[in-house]
Amino acid sequence: MPARAATRTRRTPRRRSAGALLLVGTAKGAFVFRSAAARKDWQVTGPALKGDAVYAMAFDGRAGRRRILAGASSSHFGAVVRSSDDLGRHFDDPAEANVKFPAASGLALRQVWQLLPGGDDEPDVVWAGVDPACLFVSRDAGRTFLPVGGLLEHPHRPRWTPGFGGLCLHTILPHPTDRRRMLVAISAAGVYRTDDGGASWRASNQGIRAEFLPDRHPEFGQCVHKVVQHPARPERYFLQNHWGLYRSDDGGASWADVARGVPSDFGFAMAAHPDDPDTVYIVPIESDAFRCTPGGKLRVYRTSDAGRSWRPLARGLPQRGAYETVLRDALATDRLSPAGVYFGTRSGKLYASRDDGDSWRLVADGLPPILCVKAATLPA
Amino acid sequence: MTVTFHIPEALRRHAGGDSTLEIECAPATAGDALEALFERCPALRDRVLDETGAVRPHVNVFVGDECVRFTGGLATPMRQAREIFVIPAVSGGACEPRPAPR
Repeated sequence: MPARAATRTRRTPRRRSAGALLLVGTAKGAFVFRSAAARKDWQVTGPALKGDAVYAMAFDGRAGRRRILAGASSSHFGAVVRSSDDLGRHFDDPAEANVKFPAASGLALRQVWQLLPGGDDEPDVVWAGVDPACLFVSRDAGRTFLPVGGLLEHPHRPRWTPGFGGLCLHTILPHPTDRRRMLVAISAAGVYRTDDGGASWRASNQGIRAEFLPDRHPEFGQCVHKVVQHPARPERYFLQNHWGLYRSDDGGASWADVARGVPSDFGFAMAAHPDDPDTVYIVPIESDAFRCTPGGKLRVYRTSDAGRSWRPLARGLPQRGAYETVLRDALATDRLSPAGVYFGTRSGKLYASRDDGDSWRLVADGLPPILCVKAATLPA
Repeated sequence: MTVTFHIPEALRRHAGGDSTLEIECAPATAGDALEALFERCPALRDRVLDETGAVRPHVNVFVGDECVRFTGGLATPMRQAREIFVIPAVSGGACEPRPAPR
């Protein structure tokens, strides 16, 4: 059955886990869903951080921690990174804002868009991507953050322009083995890379188009929506653009179009399979003017051959009247096998697959607009 | 003189739980008055002001019944006023990020 085989992903033996966590950030607070490793039934805790927009969440299981980090934005009182050591029942409330621009910059934090714990060899490092676009780093496990100077003072900064959601640094991809290297993505500035630990950054957008500029291939200014990387193949990236779906095989130096077989190459969300570097998931959106799933069909698309083809995944998902939007951080995979794949919609629906995306189930409905979904596994 | 600060419910946990605080001070401006408040309750500073020192876009500060947005910002003179109100603006609370009012 060659056609079926083309959709299959490489699988590794089932990993041992004490359970799975889904961290769901919404426009009005955070929810934590917990399940046994089988991922059949989910129990929910929340909402925590009631009233705050939670664009970023992360689980930190390093150094014996079981900590949830959340970028919580009060529209009145500002944004802060808050942490919970009891799986989301209680979050701390720092007296002083812990992500702040230096006074000399003249910048003020609007939103925390991304939180990413560093590698196991740097257990107190946490990265934060924010609006206005900048990268921050914490060296005390998320208690306090400082800006990375090379991006804060980047000469392109005055010409970066915000997208609809703001001027956000939303993607942080450290190289898995070389700590000096990192790729970040900013909307709307594009991809930037460093090879010297963040001291200098160069735009890296060759091949990515900017439909909204007279010069469709500028050095920078692209509205990149999400980039993913598989740690087993760190020179390869996949990228969902504001119009455009791309792959790089040279560490982000150049990008080639891989939008073959998708109903639209516009979209926000993208997630990598945990085991197979050739497998990636996206949720195409009809257009920038009509930011809904095409034809009222809610479908995840999966490539299992590194973007040479994409196939719709619809089993268990509504295929009529489902005009949904899935935002850039609202699609995630876990580290179990078969992979769990999860996404949340702006209409407050949370869907889960525990078979690599082959079939789906509605886990929750009626949540506030879902801004981010992050999956984590609890150590056995 | 004594200035009475009115604290919104959402911030009272950072102000000892009180809805009003009376602080002995002699502020010339609204900004001076807020500094006296922040000295008493440090956690209020980052919630009322951003890191540039500006009042957050969706927080309103009133000297008496005048919103400082229309009277010179934090440089608004206190004159004979004895009350400061810190009040979340009705413009906050939206789901979408939005630009700061100008």
